[in-house]
Amino acid sequence: METSRIAETLGILKSEDALAVSEASFKESSLELAGSTIQMRTAGEGKPLLVLHGELGFPGWMNYHETLAVDRKLYAPSHPGYDQSDGIDWMMQVRDLAGWYLEALDDMDLKEIDVIGFSFGGWLAAEMAVMDPTKFRKLVLVAPMGVKPEEGEIYDIFLNLAPDYLKEAIHDSNSCDEFDLICPDEPSPEMLELWEVAREQSCKLGWKPYMYSLSLKHLLHRLKNLETLIVWGKEDKIVPIDAGRIYHESIPGSSIEVMENIGHRPEIEKPNEFTKLITKFLGSK
Amino acid sequence: MFIGHFTERPYQDPESGYFGATGLPIKDLSLSNEIYDPILGSDLYNRYLDEKVYAEEMGFDGLMLNEHHSTPFCMGGAMNVEASILARITKRAKIVLLGNILPIWDDPLWLVEQLAMIDMISKGRLVSGWVRGTGRESVSHNAPPAYNWERFQEAHDFIVKAWSEPGPFRWEGKHYQYRYVNPWMRPYQKPHPQIMLPGVVSRDSIVWAAKQRIPYIMLATQLEPTRQSFQVYHDTAKEEGYEAGSQNFGYLWKVHVDETEELAEEVARKFVQGPSNPFLAGNEGTANPALLKLPGLTSRRRILPTANVATANRGGQLSRSFEEQVEDYTIISGTPKTVIPKIRHVLEYLRPGSVFFWDGDGAMTHDDQMRSLRLMGEEVIPAVREIADELELRSPFEVSPKTGEPIGEISEEAASVTGD
Repeated sequence: METSRIAETLGILKSEDALAVSEASFKESSLELAGSTIQMRTAGEGKPLLVLHGELGFPGWMNYHETLAVDRKLYAPSHPGYDQSDGIDWMMQVRDLAGWYLEALDDMDLKEIDVIGFSFGGWLAAEMAVMDPTKFRKLVLVAPMGVKPEEGEIYDIFLNLAPDYLKEAIHDSNSCDEFDLICPDEPSPEMLELWEVAREQSCKLGWKPYMYSLSLKHLLHRLKNLETLIVWGKEDKIVPIDAGRIYHESIPGSSIEVMENIGHRPEIEKPNEFTKLITKFLGSK
Repeated sequence: MFIGHFTERPYQDPESGYFGATGLPIKDLSLSNEIYDPILGSDLYNRYLDEKVYAEEMGFDGLMLNEHHSTPFCMGGAMNVEASILARITKRAKIVLLGNILPIWDDPLWLVEQLAMIDMISKGRLVSGWVRGTGRESVSHNAPPAYNWERFQEAHDFIVKAWSEPGPFRWEGKHYQYRYVNPWMRPYQKPHPQIMLPGVVSRDSIVWAAKQRIPYIMLATQLEPTRQSFQVYHDTAKEEGYEAGSQNFGYLWKVHVDETEELAEEVARKFVQGPSNPFLAGNEGTANPALLKLPGLTSRRRILPTANVATANRGGQLSRSFEEQVEDYTIISGTPKTVIPKIRHVLEYLRPGSVFFWDGDGAMTHDDQMRSLRLMGEEVIPAVREIADELELRSPFEVSPKTGEPIGEISEEAASVTGD
């Protein structure tokens, strides 16, 4: 039931400012997985890498997707309830979503895969990993939500509009080439709608406690044999870096990279630096 | 015709800097309660209760209360407390709660209990409305807005069952679970108090009300969009196989009566001079755009014609002037002689069986309110009753919204069906 189409859904790739990203470089399809239909993007060949988006849904096909797909097969789904993926009524917390995803990976016959999760998607990746660490080869968490920082609070995305949140997420939007793609001055009606769809789904999963689980921290110890990299921007105003400390201390053997002059979105703010770091950690095919 | 009295019970603090149309912005959820003066609060709570007692004395059928949270424009954060007091200190008028904010209650069994107690203490005078609340309410009580509508419906079903069926029973729902529902209190009215649904925005809500045959009360919106929204109810009723009548509709709007035309206008202008109220057109303060977009609170598509003109805080038209509101009948003020024909126009246009006069708000003083209540009792209410009789506008207490039958004539068997 694969219906390939050029990924112009968001209207983002049409932008004249689009970087050197070929429109045909990835394939978008709608997939039946674990009893639901979701929107999936794939690119490249090689070892599988699952990319889990954050609280505002799939950001569009960005430079970091393109680079990471150079020597591996990249899977970038939209979670159920985000973008064009069907919502699932019984999902009321991130752990529900994580359980669903594990079966979705079964259905795709993916084993020992690498996974990278951003922000809310980092929380999701951590939940999936503690449920079934053997499913994964390496884990990358980029400024993940999911644990309660002891210093600072997680930024309230529901009491702020999406563009205000995105501006807060980026440390220096002037020197961020892709900022206009994720947060244009005049977002298209489609983009505005997808933001609201995403916020509604994130609200269903993370309203209370706000964007963390009280138990995840205690379960992270199970990742002791899973090679884990935690990445944080030093200037992150969305998820306090103290949450990074907690992740790092809770996952034995994990490493943490703190990137200077970067906020909550290192993959957007410094894509070259970021993808080098990730590629080095994941190794080549 | 059922005639009720309403005020938001604003926190009127001349010292606050936010009172009297100063122009200082009150952005929703941005004002610290460090300026709150409980001595003043004490006086105001007692004043508003006194005014309700007087409203009953002057012949109002209903004393209406509402509830908002974390905001100076409405002091009814725990409305059921005020209702409990009115249950004991008034004798005849119905206590109309429009309404309890169902989705923000994590444990709606408290509502089953509190409202049954109010109904008993008042000897069966409770009218129990439900609302979904604004974004402010969801945030204040940390209730997930994306589940607002689901929680509303489930809480309603649960409360009605707990009121009307013998316990103990179990409730295993999506949002609420109980293993022992057996409250040791039952509503005085059988099978339970009349339910009403006030609103302005959601099409889902008005369709739901029509399907449940619950009267819908449109809150302070312009006449034509209100009539269009009522049509949604009428159409749904038809689909459900019944004819909706005046007993299914209510309308609330600003009405102030005074001794002279000059005084009436001077005082009515105070509607727009209190602590900024997003529901008081002309003095909305600064809308909090994030609250308008609180995810999932209201369907982004299924809204009513009234939504665009309802409130600034729902993204509607900002700041209609006092003059414009007088022009389009959303504020009616004057002496009884000039006010009565204008009320007639509204009744003819909308054909509601229940009306609520919104008065004594904004910067109006206790004396302003008391003069208006007296004149309403002496002249306006009797005249409105005559007009309503002439127009055959029947309230849900005269004609059952459930059956369309006159209430006095229905059999006991039919009565057991009424209201659930």
